[in-house]
This record gives sequence, structure tokens and C-alpha cells, in this order.
Amino acid sequence: MAALDLHIDNVGKRYGATDVLRGVCLRIAAGEFVTLLGPSGCGKSTLLRIIAGLERADQGHVRAGGKALDTVAPKDRDLAFVFQSYALYPHLSVYDNIAAPLVMRELTSLERLPVIGGLLPGAGQRNRSIEERVRETSALLKLDALLDRRPAELSGGQRQRVALGRAMVRKPKIFLMDEPLANLDAALRIHTRGEIARLHKEMQTTTIFVTHDQAEAAALSDRVAVIFGGELRQVAAPADLYREPVDLDVARFLAQPFLNEVEVAAPVGGALIIGSSRIIIRDALGSGQAGTLAFRPEHASLVDRDRPGALPVCVTRIEHAGMDAHVFVHAGAGAEFVARISAERAQSLRGGDNLGLTIDSEKAWFFPWDGSRQSRDHSRVA
Amino acid sequence: MAVVDDNPIGRLAQNISGGYRPARAQAQAGMILALPATLLLAALVIGPAALVFFLSFTDASLGLAGVRFIGLANYTRMLTDPGFAQSLRNTALYVVVVVPTSIGWGLLVALLIARSRFAIVYRTAYFLPVAATLVALATAWEAILHPSLGFANSLLQLLGASPVSFLSDPSTAMYALSAIGVWQLVGFNMILFVAGLSTIPEELYEAAAIDGADTGLKRFLLVTWPMLAPVTLFVTVMTIIRAFSVFETVAVLTQGGPMKSTSVILYTFYEEGFRFFRVGYASAISVSFFVSVTFLSLVQMHVSERRARWKASGGR
Amino acid sequence: MMILAQSSASRIALHAVLVTGAIIMVFPFVWMILASMTPQSEIFDGSLLPTPTLNGAIDNYSTALSAIPLLRFMGNGFVVCLTILVLQVAIAIPCGYALAKLSFPGRPILLAAVLLGLLVPVQIPTIPIYIALAKSGLLDSYAALVLPWIISVFAIFLFRQFFVTFPDEVLDAARLDGFSELSIARRIMLPAAWPAVASFSIFSVVAHWNDLYWPLVVITTPDMMTPSLGIAYFRQAGEGAGNVGALMAGGVLVTAPLVALFLLMQKHFIRGLVLGRH
Repeated sequence: MAALDLHIDNVGKRYGATDVLRGVCLRIAAGEFVTLLGPSGCGKSTLLRIIAGLERADQGHVRAGGKALDTVAPKDRDLAFVFQSYALYPHLSVYDNIAAPLVMRELTSLERLPVIGGLLPGAGQRNRSIEERVRETSALLKLDALLDRRPAELSGGQRQRVALGRAMVRKPKIFLMDEPLANLDAALRIHTRGEIARLHKEMQTTTIFVTHDQAEAAALSDRVAVIFGGELRQVAAPADLYREPVDLDVARFLAQPFLNEVEVAAPVGGALIIGSSRIIIRDALGSGQAGTLAFRPEHASLVDRDRPGALPVCVTRIEHAGMDAHVFVHAGAGAEFVARISAERAQSLRGGDNLGLTIDSEKAWFFPWDGSRQSRDHSRVA
Repeated sequence: MAVVDDNPIGRLAQNISGGYRPARAQAQAGMILALPATLLLAALVIGPAALVFFLSFTDASLGLAGVRFIGLANYTRMLTDPGFAQSLRNTALYVVVVVPTSIGWGLLVALLIARSRFAIVYRTAYFLPVAATLVALATAWEAILHPSLGFANSLLQLLGASPVSFLSDPSTAMYALSAIGVWQLVGFNMILFVAGLSTIPEELYEAAAIDGADTGLKRFLLVTWPMLAPVTLFVTVMTIIRAFSVFETVAVLTQGGPMKSTSVILYTFYEEGFRFFRVGYASAISVSFFVSVTFLSLVQMHVSERRARWKASGGR
Repeated sequence: MMILAQSSASRIALHAVLVTGAIIMVFPFVWMILASMTPQSEIFDGSLLPTPTLNGAIDNYSTALSAIPLLRFMGNGFVVCLTILVLQVAIAIPCGYALAKLSFPGRPILLAAVLLGLLVPVQIPTIPIYIALAKSGLLDSYAALVLPWIISVFAIFLFRQFFVTFPDEVLDAARLDGFSELSIARRIMLPAAWPAVASFSIFSVVAHWNDLYWPLVVITTPDMMTPSLGIAYFRQAGEGAGNVGALMAGGVLVTAPLVALFLLMQKHFIRGLVLGRH
């Protein structure tokens, strides 16, 4: 079935005195899987609800397949929504939950009546067609054994699949998913993530996925749109995002839980001065501004103190995490860093050790405070 | 994909405005759904209540053609009428006897039941009067309290005392009705206290025991009573309102007698309004009733809040 | 709950107190049942408790059923309580839902009016309503018995509180699935409100089956009397005046339905009444 493309033009929304969304522009191609990524409260769910028609934008437009959606009721937008809490109808069976969108659209009010409705001419055929599609969907999601149960009798993962089924059964042109995996335990989350990926591959429906979990975003998406404080900061493929965050907020968010940051003055002679060391960072070359140097723990290494170009640091503590370890060091004047090294190497380190910290000059980022970052390739608006 | 929405109201809404707006669709539905209730609320509650308030300042009476505005005359009459003063006294007596007794007894039973294996049996027995039709049971009480032949007097005679005409002696009638009132209210208060007690965490008692409060009374004062405060407030306000609203036992058993010793506010109101049809006067009575009951409830809530705040700030 | 000490002496005292109280609570019921089966002349014959006999029982119950239209009273009670309940629920649920989940102009005012209505004692509006009924010649009818009660502020408040806790996302899902706003009220909220409806039903039925005040005001014909009023009437007029045995038989019959309901469904019953007062 043909999927639709989606144009979000300059959408803004206000609640009282706060701007929840500000001038968001985003173009999503038909069949693309785009994730809206950001911390809680950044406006991503609001944007999703505006696309769905559950809320109305205060400015800007949303277009699907070229047609403006602003005055179209949610049920007429040909999209489906999967809620974080699944939002199943508590008094209906799994079968009826999945059938609901079809029943509401294809049967008239009279035909929907409990017993009599089924006896009306034409109703029988429509009911059979509905049943066929419901069973097809439930087979796909392995819900066949559960069709008679009520939501209250199901586990979290099962409810999730029913919610997916209800969304899929209509074969909509656009899928909207609002943190659907957030309420699942870790193992189930990974498994269901795989299911969603597989379904997308098969059905190729345009999908917009909201999450605050960057691993999820990276695993599922063609592109990720990072939203902060109501603003769209960056839209890029996951790998590009990882390599080239457009600003410090995005870098911080994607580098959780640790991002090394240090404020530096403008580079002098092509190098940044940190303490008494001169460090060369590719990203800072050519910039005449002061700013923040940021780098991930995995882009830092610990070497001998005397090595030229290394920052003298002292080990504060070591956190082991399976195959790797995070080593916390401080460089005097309150500057603290985290380096990620192998667990073996970490074995030989102790608190108080004096070492040198080197930073990968290719991979570290420099964010001038005036926002004038010249970056190699980053696409801000796509 | 078109939706088969053959709901005329929905379609109308869409066509008029040229499109869907979530806020407006909800607002329209809200108004439609709330309309019947709003109309009935105005017609059957707010309207009549306002009318009664207005009538209390008139000399309205069923049968009389006109209605004259007479200002506060009804209220002054109420305050100077010895009959009304009597019914005020009687009601006050009833409240003073019934409220503390039914609350205290309810609390006591709730505390005792908590320790007993037969909790369900006791709970059923104590709640039975609440479930039953008071009018029927009141007539049973009347027979039990029969002046010479009733069970109560037979018991008294067995114990060597002389018979008492519970309901026909002006000095005892109100007390007899109060006893029936307590009998009917205890079970309800008990259940509320049982529910309240069940929310007190066991750990509080353990902490109290470590702090030295290990016997019944100390434990009660340190943990149980303070933790029950919101329930107690609720029970008290409810019981006060219900005690003030006593009507059925009076209407069935004594009709205000003997010698007006059991005439209570609501019964006087009923007589004035629906027997003597002095509508204006009855309205004044009901307004005063409403005001005093609300006032008492507010006082009770205020006192309770004050006590809680005082305690929280360290008072002991 | 460690409230009292554990010694067996206090255990016995505890039970003694409880049992005494329980006996007092249950005694009138027992007496009423016994007396209803005792011949009228033997009830006050000097023995401590009435002694039932088969003849006495037959006599009393047949008198009760013939001297007054007792079954008619109970029938009236049934019709009136059912009508009131159905109308109350039909009017209160949509309003409760609207107040809980839909934003419309005037909502805060309506909510304030509902809360205000909760404060007003039920007797106050009865004067004007009575006058209106009298003027339209509707006294002594089912309409008169039912009319003032079809709006239950308490029900509106109860359902509103219940609906407020219903997840908003299910409503959004319904909107996306094609439910109109009114369909949502009818097909999703109404079934979901079932527990609240059950609790409220018990509260309403008990209150109106037992009500004396309003039937006393509007009904004068024995044929239209409700159970409570019927018993009061029996006590004064007809053969009940003086015939304690028959009066007690009438009392037993009128009380039996609610007591039976209570004994069978204690938990729901209590929850309904307790919820009722909140």
C-alpha cells in the first residue's frame, strides 16, 4: 500500500505563556522511519499529537501527501497511533479492540448494534471482511490464542502487541508511536524493538517514532530528529548524529551518561589551551571564538603523564562496567573527566595515580559560544 | 478513508465550521452531555432553593391568593415563638446525646473488632440496623418500649425497677428517640472507622512500642487517634448533619408529642409547611436549618484543622 | 492492629462487650420476627419474649396482606426505586463524564453548582416542588414520587470523580479510531463506569426504598404509598392500630428485601453506602 509523505511547516504551539513548540520544520519521505528524540518535556509528544490531530497547532501547517491536515478530524487522517500506555478499551476483548477501528469506520450505527445489527442486510458480509483482517493481523502478531481475553488479563508485552495490532489492522498510510516501549522491561523492549523494525521492513509505512532513548532511536530509524525545548535542533541519520552533533545540547543528550566538557578560550596558534597543555582539535581549527570542547569518554585515552600533548590528570575513582571501565580523573581547578578504557587495563589503575589524558583530535567537538560552528557535514533541516 | 458517521449532530458541527477542531468538538459534546443535568439542576435544586430563600421573606401560604413581602417577620417570629424554641431545644438535646454516643460507640466497636476473629459476624450484626427500613424497625422499638407490657419494661421489672413510659412520658420520650437514633447510626460510623483503622500502617505501632507506648491507651493516644483524625472529622460532620435531620422516628412514633417534648426542627418544618401550609414561615425554618447545619460543619472542620496545625507546630 | 492487651481475661471482656452490643443491635429484628408469628393476644401476655405459633403467624401475615395493600406498597417501592435509579444514572453519567474529561464553556460554574447542590439539604427544595405538583394536579402519583429525585447531585459528583481517573489516552485512541465524542460517552465511558454504577445503585435504592419524608408529603392515597409510608399508615389507620402482630408482620415483609440484599452482598452493599456518603 502506498505510504504518505509528511511535511511539517513551521509548526508552533503555546500553552499559556510557554512555547512548547517553536517553528518546527521537518520533511519526512514516504515510507521513512523517523524518530523524534529528546528529553522529557521537549515537545516531541506534542508534535506527534498535532500530527495526529489530537491537538491543533497555533501556527504552521501539517501536510500529508500534499494535502493540508489542519481541519481534518483525526479519524480521517488515515494514520494510526500507538500510545505509551497502549490505551486499550478496557471492556472489550482483544478481538474487539483490534476490530474497533474497522467497526467504527465500516459499519453504520445501526449495524453496530449488538445483536440486531448483525442481521441487517450487508452487515454479514462486512463483518466477515472485518473478521478476516483482524485474524490476519492477530496471526502476524501471534495474538491468536488471546483473542477472547480482556486487556486486564494480559501482560504488558501482550497489551503492546494488541495496541500494535489495532494500529496496523487498518493498513494506515502513517504510523505514529509515542514511546511505545517505555513501559516494557529491558529484554522485552529489545525484542519488541526488533518486531517493530521487522514490521516496518515488510510494510514500509511512513513511521514517526517518539522516544527519549537514543539507543532505540539509533536502532530503528532512517533518520533521527533531535528536539530540545520545543526546537528542532538537528535531523540526520543515526550514524551522522553520533559523529556530528550540531550543538552542545545534542552532544550531551547523545553522549549519556557522560560527556566530557571543558570551556576554553579561543584557539591560539591552532591549539586549545587547557591548563598548561596545548591540545590540537581538528574541529576547532580556524575558529577564532572561545567555546566548549566536548568529547566522549571513548574518545579519551589514558597514557603516561609525561607524554607530550597529554593533560596531566589524577585518578579519582574507577567504575567497572563489564568489558569496559569508566575512569574518573581530575585535572586540577575542578576540571573532571571520564575516560573509557578496557577492563583489563583498568585493573592496573588505582585511585591517586598520576596519568596523562589524551583526546582524539579527529573525533572531539568544539562548540563556539556564539554558535558559529563550522562543521564538516551536518544537515540541520532536511 | 471516509468515516461512516451518521450522527447528525457530529456532521452538523463539521459542516458549519468548515473543518474539525479538537477543542471545539469536545466543547460541543461536553455541552450536549451536560445539558439535561444542568437544566434539571436548575429546575429541581438551585431554582427551588432560591425560591425557598425568597419565600422565607414573604407571608406565602397555600390557599392564600397573594404573596406579600414581609421582610424578616418570619425570622423574628421564629426566634420569639416558644414552640420553635422548644423544637430547637429538643433537637439540640437529640444531637448532644446522639452524636458523641454513636461516634464513641462506633469507634469502640471498630477498635475491638480489629482484634477479633469473628469480625465479619460482628460487622454484620452492627451494620444490620443501617441496612433496615427505619420506619418498620421503629415500630418494633415502639412495641419493645411499650409502657407496661413491652420487653424493656419486663426486663426492668425483673430487675426490680418500676416501669417507664418511654415514649409517652415527656421527660423520657426524647431520650428514647435518641436511643433509637444511636442504634441506627452506630453501625455506619463503625464501618467508617474500620476502614480508617485499616489504613494505619503497622509500622507506626511498632515504632510507638519502641518509643514506650506499648499498652492500649498509650498506643491509642499516640498513634490511632491522630491517624484517624480525617475519618473522625468526616464521621462527626456526617453524624451531626444526620442527627439534626432527624425526622422519621418522630413522624412515625410521637408526632412531636407528648406535649411537644419530641418536636424537632425538621418535624416542625414539615408541620408548618405541609400541614398548616404556612409556606413562608416553613421556608424561614428550612433556611435557618440549612444555615445552622452548614455553620456547625464549618466550625467542626475549622476546629479540626486548627487542632491539626497546632499539633504539627509542636503543641502537646 | 495491636490496640488492646493480649491476656485472656481482657479477651473475654472484649467479646462480652462486643456481644452485648451486637445483641442490642440485632434484638429489634429478632423481636419483630418473633412477634410477627405470635397471635396478637399473646404478644404482651407477660412472657419475656413473644412465642411464635403457626396459627399466629398465618393470622398476622394474612391480616397484614389484606388490611393494607402491602404487596402494592412493595410494588410501588420497586417501581419508584427502579425508575429513580435509571433516570438518575442516565442523567448523571453523561454530565459526570463531561465535567471530568471535556472542556466546555461554563464547566467551572457547573461544577461549582454541583458542589453547592451537595450542601443543600434535600428537604429545602421540596416546598416549591410540592406546590408545583399540587398546582398541576400531579400529587398522589408515581410522577410526584419520582420527580424531585431524578437529578442526583451526589451521583454526578461520584461519577465525575470516577471518570477523572480514567486514562485520557484511551479517549484519544477512540478519537483516532473513529469514535465521535458522543460515541465515546456511550460506548466507552458508560461500560467503564459499571463499578461506580453498582455502588451508587445500592445507595440510591436503599435511600428511596426507606424514604418516609417525601412520600409523606405527596401521597395520601393508600394505593400509591411506598413501603415506609405504608408501614406508618398501617400503624395509625386500618387494623394495624392495635394489632401489633400484624404490624410486625408488615414490618418484616417491608424490611426483608433490603436486609436480604445486605446479607447476600455485604461487601458491595457497604461499599455502596459508604461511598454514598462521601
